[in-house]
Amino acid sequence: MITGNALKAVLSAAFLFIASCGFNYETNVESGTRQGILHIGNGDEPRELDPHVVTGRIESDLCLALLEGLVGWHPEGKRLIPAAAKSWEQSEDARTYRFHLREDAKWSNGDPVTAADFVYSWRRALLPALGNNYAYMLYYIRNAERFHQGEITDFSQVGITAPDDLTLVVELENPTPFFLQLLTHMSYYPVHQATVEAFGAADERGTRWTRPGNHVGNGPFKLKEWVLNRSIVVEKNEHYWDAGTVKLNQIVFYPIQNATTEERMFRAGQLHITNNMPVDKIAHYRQERPGALKIFPFFSTYYYLFNTTATPLDQVKVRQALTMSIDRQQIVDKITKAGEIPAFSYTPPDTNGYTATAQVRYDLERARALLAEAGYPDGTGFPGLELMYNTSEGHRRIAIAIQQMWKTNLNIDVTLTNQDWKVYLDKRDGKDYQVARAGWIGDYLDPNTFLDMYTTSSGNNDTGWSHRRYDALIARAGATTDQDRRFALFQDAESILMTELPIMPIYTYVSKSLVSPDVRGWRPNILDIHPFKYISLVPSADELSADDLSADDLSADDLSADDAD
Amino acid sequence: MFKFILKRLLQAIPVLLLVSIITFLLIHAAPGGPFAEEKAVPPEVLKHLNERYKLDQPVHVQFYDYISHAVRGDLGPSFKYPGRSVNEIIAAGFPVTLELGCYALLFALLIGIGSGVCASLNPNTWQDYLPMTFATIGICLPAYVLGPLLVLVFGIWLEWLPVAGWELIPGDKILPSITLGSVYAAYVARLSRGGMLETLSRDFIRTARAKGMPEAVIIVRHAMRVGLLPVVSFLGPALAGLLSGSFVVETIFQVPGLGRYFVQGAFNRDYTLILGTTLLFASLIIVFNLIADVMLAWLDPKVRQETVHG
Repeated sequence: MITGNALKAVLSAAFLFIASCGFNYETNVESGTRQGILHIGNGDEPRELDPHVVTGRIESDLCLALLEGLVGWHPEGKRLIPAAAKSWEQSEDARTYRFHLREDAKWSNGDPVTAADFVYSWRRALLPALGNNYAYMLYYIRNAERFHQGEITDFSQVGITAPDDLTLVVELENPTPFFLQLLTHMSYYPVHQATVEAFGAADERGTRWTRPGNHVGNGPFKLKEWVLNRSIVVEKNEHYWDAGTVKLNQIVFYPIQNATTEERMFRAGQLHITNNMPVDKIAHYRQERPGALKIFPFFSTYYYLFNTTATPLDQVKVRQALTMSIDRQQIVDKITKAGEIPAFSYTPPDTNGYTATAQVRYDLERARALLAEAGYPDGTGFPGLELMYNTSEGHRRIAIAIQQMWKTNLNIDVTLTNQDWKVYLDKRDGKDYQVARAGWIGDYLDPNTFLDMYTTSSGNNDTGWSHRRYDALIARAGATTDQDRRFALFQDAESILMTELPIMPIYTYVSKSLVSPDVRGWRPNILDIHPFKYISLVPSADELSADDLSADDLSADDLSADDAD
Repeated sequence: MFKFILKRLLQAIPVLLLVSIITFLLIHAAPGGPFAEEKAVPPEVLKHLNERYKLDQPVHVQFYDYISHAVRGDLGPSFKYPGRSVNEIIAAGFPVTLELGCYALLFALLIGIGSGVCASLNPNTWQDYLPMTFATIGICLPAYVLGPLLVLVFGIWLEWLPVAGWELIPGDKILPSITLGSVYAAYVARLSRGGMLETLSRDFIRTARAKGMPEAVIIVRHAMRVGLLPVVSFLGPALAGLLSGSFVVETIFQVPGLGRYFVQGAFNRDYTLILGTTLLFASLIIVFNLIADVMLAWLDPKVRQETVHG
């Protein structure tokens, strides 16, 4: 039979071809560890690499490799350490900061990093036409908001000056205890003026200055290669002031969106670190490779919004009844499964020393009583609710559980509506919803990043809720220097929030990643920021005695620095 | 023939214009704008962005502006990726999608025609049932099932092939090409089996056999030329489908093709990116259908008569 034999021949040829192509190749992890090249999943293709144009986590991780602010996070994320500035002083009234820059700090092209670079960069971040979404992060600086809004055009009125090459003076509107933390944010990163302006005006979006070959940064790594949707490669910047600390020769970032694909790539040795982790695989890793699974509390809350402008959710008692009748422990144990922490307050526990004393409870009896007091005994006459979430299997499962809980516990009927992301945002913004799923990641480690969202004037308050005393407390906390007094004001504000309940906290997120045992220096971190300069690769066969941070991991002057936070 | 091609190309112009108008109106009608984010965008920032991308203008002005640039080959800036033009995104992604599509098509034709012809020569024996069973399974098995299955077997269990990537590790193009091609291989197998069976029972084959022509010559030179015509007419839509429908395979295997932008452009309300990719794929469908028709005319005298004179 000719054709039968031919088929056989084709199949064996194909088999040989496949086998010869792929058999026993060295994995990325093996070759990477040998050569000091870290392979890491980065979630998606970055929109841009310009720190004053982008806003997301994907971009901020890349900027963390390429640029450096005045101060940076310690790899454990609990305290700040000097970065481009070697030290700083604070005035008596806590409104003025004087930063001293390093003499040896250089851009990746060898130019010195000067105070004028920071003045230029912060001015650029505030230029109205640039359309910087995060310009409000600089509003704590005197007159920065007015400059950004176009009310003043003379930048010398803004509280940023450079008396000499190595000194930067910043004047604030109010004493802002978390100001130093803000400096770790990419909206405060410097950009290289000559490079930016070689490719367009300072306020032009999306010019070619961020392309490989053009990009100049002051971070521990410099941009080597950027292939759209395939990978971004950065290599060690020999001009970096602390190049001695940097162990990695290169980092390859892969824009992998699909968590399942990413997990497979990790399993096949194509990645050292993943950006995410599929929920279904957590149990398997817990059992088989617990060392690779890195799950840590993350400074972020999963919650539901109530539209307080329409009945029946305009009644506090209804909102209280709903909040008290969901079993958060069940949700984190049975649905999210990664060890999320049930949330009984809006700010995550231990926010830089602050833990909310006001907590919502799980109390079915009280919930039923409240619902009856609101005029709906045992749910009779309750008009029904619509619960909206953006398309995602995880959100859907949680919504179904909560729908069940409200039905069983309060006899309330809830319909679920699944919306495409942009439709969801549009409806939320237009208060065209009753109950909506939401999540919030803190920008800096302070209760303010959560609590100032629900002031009346906040653009992020999509609930229609407005409370004068709450607004006043947040404003007073903003003008208070003493940390204990600030926290007391935040406690008062949060107790209002947790009584009035325009929002219903559900759980505190965890960050989930898979990390190869070859990776050293990747530490638990509540902000999920892992500075690449402290990461190194060691073949896991010759394991070190401890994975913990030892004093010699950090340079001596990190530790001697004035730790102002 | 030349007149026929010219006529078809001229017909394409109103079709593309209509496609762009409908797409433009649909995306502008969809709720939510390109700049909406979870963190509220300050109104003054939004105002500047709308001005910069001319979204503050009336829709017909925007459309005229878009089309007048598009005819000169400028598909505008992407909204989501501020530093990239749509031309640049297409230039980066399309060659990858095309390469993947061609490998997949090659796989589909090799396996499909091979097993289809083999089946038709031995109807109702195991050589027929076996490939046709696989073909039926292949049609039923979507890429998001087959892809992970192949990865598990060849990538993770046997460790022969990379589990994902494109031009990152040698051999990483094999699994995505097979995954994308397999559904089409199944169709091709069924089409070629059917076509061949019908042809083999026709008079001219019997005449050829009666004249004592070698069996291999009969099959290859006479029967296949006619029996595979259904496959040829399937090629145009198949290649267009392979190119525009590679999103799932691209996601499973982390392939940096255009499919991802095509689908996500819509989710992101990246107006220019959706329009650009839609116009590109619409043009490709027109061109591939035309090529398939021309090939059909070249192979089949009956069709040639109708095309030229009809």
